[in-house]
Amino acid sequence: MKKSIYYFYLFVVMHNLSISQTLENKVSEPKNDVFSAVLLVDELEIPWGFTFLPNGAILITEKKGELLLFKDNKKQKIGNIPKVYKRGQGGLLDVALHPKFKENGWIYLSYASPEGEQKGGHTAILRAKLKDTILAEKKVLYKATPNTTKGQHFGSRIVFDKNNYLYFSIGERGARDINPQDIKRDGGKIYKLHDDGRIPEDNPFVGVDSAKTAIYSYGHRNPQGLILHPITGEIWNNEHGPRGGDEINIIKKGANYGWPLTTYGINYSGTSITDKTEMKGMEQPLYYWIPSIAPSGMAFITSDKYPEWNGNLLVGSLKYQYLERLILENNKVIRREKLLPDLGKVRAVKQGPDGYIYVAVEGKGIYKLIPNSK
Amino acid sequence: MKFIIIVFLFFIASNISFSQQESTLQESMLRGEEIYADFCVSCHLKKGKGFAKIYPPLAKSDYLLNNRTGSIKAILYGLQGEIVVNGKTYNNSMPSQGLEPEEVADVMNYILNTWENSSDKIVTPEEVSLVTE
Repeated sequence: MKKSIYYFYLFVVMHNLSISQTLENKVSEPKNDVFSAVLLVDELEIPWGFTFLPNGAILITEKKGELLLFKDNKKQKIGNIPKVYKRGQGGLLDVALHPKFKENGWIYLSYASPEGEQKGGHTAILRAKLKDTILAEKKVLYKATPNTTKGQHFGSRIVFDKNNYLYFSIGERGARDINPQDIKRDGGKIYKLHDDGRIPEDNPFVGVDSAKTAIYSYGHRNPQGLILHPITGEIWNNEHGPRGGDEINIIKKGANYGWPLTTYGINYSGTSITDKTEMKGMEQPLYYWIPSIAPSGMAFITSDKYPEWNGNLLVGSLKYQYLERLILENNKVIRREKLLPDLGKVRAVKQGPDGYIYVAVEGKGIYKLIPNSK
Repeated sequence: MKFIIIVFLFFIASNISFSQQESTLQESMLRGEEIYADFCVSCHLKKGKGFAKIYPPLAKSDYLLNNRTGSIKAILYGLQGEIVVNGKTYNNSMPSQGLEPEEVADVMNYILNTWENSSDKIVTPEEVSLVTE
């Protein structure tokens, strides 16, 4: 017994020495209920993404292949959605509005698409308009190739920057040794396009022989969080690592985020992928989680509804089924807090136009977090 | 003498058919292992032990071993709501994985015959095709 405690202690010490991140991977639970979670949209299965229309309605994607419009407390199915490849983690995934939606009406969807010659599917990005309750003027802006029957890692978050450029993530589709480090192949990348699908001339790999020129950064595993930093205008992501080693990254043009050559994680089976956590020419994460929380969705809090949370980051956990609040100081995570414990897999989180936080939970629905008065 | 030969032939024949069945099962389990690594392992984990109160175990799981058709149905069409596995209650949802009947048979054969689980009858794609929602 004594001996085992000693070994454990030694392990902890060595483990602490081996990681440069000074913060312990600990998550605390708040003592008081600072908000009440009110179920706003009920009976959703896997609400993968959602966004707010200017008229107060909410557009919601159900992974199984339904686009729902929630208005006046009623859900309505939107028709004429694209054909979706339903396999493993694939399905209808994210939904986002153009920053100038009020003027142009453009809606963007990401989904696993079976389009193409090969069997299987890969991530696609589509632009369309909503006419009453059907999608119109549909155009596929990007379709990753080649299709594969693998069930993993479609990525698929969509975000716009302050200049109305479109960014989206595509995971490495279960081919970690083939896709993420090869800029001639799709998958394991973050992409940047004009809002109509054209490739920006100053994209980092324009002019590189055979490169996929829509690529903005590479060496990713499976990013399921992608947001605009409200102050700096940077694009931030979170991504699933293997066992251990989920990450938060600031996305830079042309940068390599290392997967699978560097990682803080190991295989699900417990065997090692690489002993390297850093390499020259590869980016370090802003933060990494050990153990993995399986992050999905991400939001910065800027609203005056939660003054004490200003500048905090919210991230959903699929694995431990809670919403995580990360408190940052000078781009370092200094504290983590567990919100909404045991409610279900948190798939997406947004700060709404009204300043309230909305959280999509699998098997439940969309919750609105209302601060409790002190 | 004739009788002995017949008995002998019978033995040979039954051994051949037995070993053929064995190798069919072994091949199916090998394919099933790949399906498991692709679609199942992130929740049910490598040794089929599941995770805390969220994902039920498959290893030595009474739900799986006593409920063959229900398990096939869950893999094909997903499973929602409360279930009891080895005396513990789980209330969660597993989405349909979009697998073909051959793949469902393979992964069933894998999970039914791994981690000390065993089943005396191989799952066939035909059996899977007959399971409706």
